[in-house]
Amino acid sequence: MNDILILNGRLIDPLSRVDALRDLLLRDGRVAAVEMPGTLKGQESAQTIDAKGLIVAPGLIDVHVHLREPGQTYKETIATGTAAAAAGGYTSVVAMPNTLPVNDTPSKLDWMLDAQRGSVVKLFAMPAATVGSMGETLTDFEALRKAGAVGFTDDGKPVLEDHVMRAALIAAARAEVPVSQHAEDTRLTGGCSMNAGPMAFRLGLRGMPIEAEARIVERDIQLLREIERAEGLRPHLHVQHVSTARAIEAVRKAKREGLHVTCEIAPHHFALNEEAVGDYDTHAKMNPPLRAESDRLQMIEALLDGTADCIATDHAPHAPFEKRQEFERAPNGITGLETALGLALRILHRDRGLPLSRLVELMSSSPSQIVSLAGRGSLAAGHYADLVLFDAGAEWVFDATISRSKSRNTPFDGSPMLGKVRYTICEGHIVYRG
Amino acid sequence: MRRASETAAVSSKYSPGSLLSVGHLSVAEVSAILAETARIAALSPAERSAILRGRTIALLFYESSTRTRTSFELAAKSLGATTTLVSDKSSSIEKGESLKDTGLTLRALGAECIILRHSASGAPFVLARETGLPVLNAGDGMHEHPSQALLDLRTILNRLHGADKATSITEHSLSGVTVTITGDILHSRVARSNAMLLPRLGARVLLCGPTKLLPEDALGLGPGIEIERDFDRALAKSQVVMMLRIQKERIAGIELDLNEYIHRYQLNSERLLASAPQALVLHPGPMIRGLEISDEVADGAQSAIEEQVAHGLAIRSALLARALSAGIFKGQTI
Repeated sequence: MNDILILNGRLIDPLSRVDALRDLLLRDGRVAAVEMPGTLKGQESAQTIDAKGLIVAPGLIDVHVHLREPGQTYKETIATGTAAAAAGGYTSVVAMPNTLPVNDTPSKLDWMLDAQRGSVVKLFAMPAATVGSMGETLTDFEALRKAGAVGFTDDGKPVLEDHVMRAALIAAARAEVPVSQHAEDTRLTGGCSMNAGPMAFRLGLRGMPIEAEARIVERDIQLLREIERAEGLRPHLHVQHVSTARAIEAVRKAKREGLHVTCEIAPHHFALNEEAVGDYDTHAKMNPPLRAESDRLQMIEALLDGTADCIATDHAPHAPFEKRQEFERAPNGITGLETALGLALRILHRDRGLPLSRLVELMSSSPSQIVSLAGRGSLAAGHYADLVLFDAGAEWVFDATISRSKSRNTPFDGSPMLGKVRYTICEGHIVYRG
Repeated sequence: MRRASETAAVSSKYSPGSLLSVGHLSVAEVSAILAETARIAALSPAERSAILRGRTIALLFYESSTRTRTSFELAAKSLGATTTLVSDKSSSIEKGESLKDTGLTLRALGAECIILRHSASGAPFVLARETGLPVLNAGDGMHEHPSQALLDLRTILNRLHGADKATSITEHSLSGVTVTITGDILHSRVARSNAMLLPRLGARVLLCGPTKLLPEDALGLGPGIEIERDFDRALAKSQVVMMLRIQKERIAGIELDLNEYIHRYQLNSERLLASAPQALVLHPGPMIRGLEISDEVADGAQSAIEEQVAHGLAIRSALLARALSAGIFKGQTI
């Protein structure tokens, strides 16, 4: 018997509209009971966790991670990346397809999702929207959907051509999954390595203009409109890592219009601005880049006012030798799974008053809905026993040298964090204890 | 924007003899470099060659260069140092060796200072961090060319105030002086270093050029900088005019009508006579005669272009002495 009793914790489960002291019984990988404190005391269980003073929430869900396997296991593996996820309070992650080779067929998807890869948490994947992520020919959405795809994306690159994106949105609508778009008009960003503006000018770096992001978001929203009208379908566009005020405003308007648009914001885009590039710190290099302070503040507004649907890390591990080189040559991306909760609690909850229930929504229930993870993102009885237990008031400092990730490329080494993960439980198994 | 108060904190991450950006230098340090330049220039060749005798300096050049490389090399040799030149065309760089490994190799071979020219902005910062050696930025991408700005400063001070006034400066040494920098500002590390250095000594800097080569973002380089797109109007206000070439190697994607450009921005005799008959003419080289500057102006009485080269040798001697005597060099605050 592997039952776990969790007593005296403060359960925050937005989908069940619960924010109160509750005891939980986990049995056979599911939530067996959620009761008033004291009620479950008599239950026999193999293990009891005293969650007094802790928040008990549905496990965090990240719809955007790069686990680098297959092909670049010197950066990360499914095992190490998901261990980092567990340490960060995540119980489900969605792997992007830009592996080597690109995940664009059911057999590659099967291989990735196979238990032999050693995933520590529940692993999902978004295969490529186009063959080889080359932006030309759609992959077999139907077959990939059957094999477990939770969405389609050419992440790392946009689906640039209008007609290809249109076809992808239609095929995804039929498969009832989102197209997750890396919104970057690459015709405007060749040779660019940070945000366009005075800072880039001073550093002598070519800058990515905000139009590069906004134009693709606006184009995709227009495609949604056209498809709804012409095809009678209701495609779901998910905009990845929104970083500019103009793009988030486009999303805001599209939602008001009733289109099916969701979006994510990465912790670094609400925690940092372009000043973090400093004297060519490659740990502040990612795509989309860190933007101006006004954009950062708009990302926070979007998280507070509900325009942003979720927080996603864009966890992108790279080896030291890749980051320790010329800024323009260094690859884009930073790790993020172990710092997302600590940053969100500090910056959004403590500093800006985002309610904890809203934070759990942004990091668990809402992402579960974006990619339709049945039975996850809530702790109602019968749901998967995916939980995170954290001490919301604990202050700590992130030390990259003890990261579970294989890589150390983070601008948050030595940064203050708020909220310490004490337990991560995935389908009834304790996968992390801090 | 890097504030002056952050200067010490930023530069303390790097070996103190490094010169990566003019922004890392306090006015007192600039003054000390100018004084050292004058002191070394006044020495006999024999005295000079004792300064860095037995020391080893590496020149690491990932981009072609005539003036900068030769003057750094001759400066090092005149101080008695042993030099070695590594260029991307004739080294393991071609085989894919990283900047870090190239730097560590040079260090292991005894290099005590590396002079780096690189096509990537910020490359000297990487080299300085990875090797811990003093690194002199001899031009990095579109970012900076600090020794050029210092030699331009010495040229300006000598011509405007006389050689005896070029040895000690303050925040007001260039008060009342307007310097116009015209041309491909966007791609110019010379423009950036000068536009960040000269206003700190009281100069007003006017940047001039078409929007494609001079975006409004340039104003963010710091205080004391203005954009004046009318070249004649800028000239009329200027005591110094610095011309820049169009960097065809970095200009991909920008379409320019060269005839139109020449019409608006070429510095020629008629224009100079009409708007700035007394102004000092500078050009960091290489010049493209007939494009940004006419023959008569380049070789004319107002041109200090050859003097710039000579001052380059002197300034670079002082920078090398400073690099290899880090911590004991006067004016050094660290």
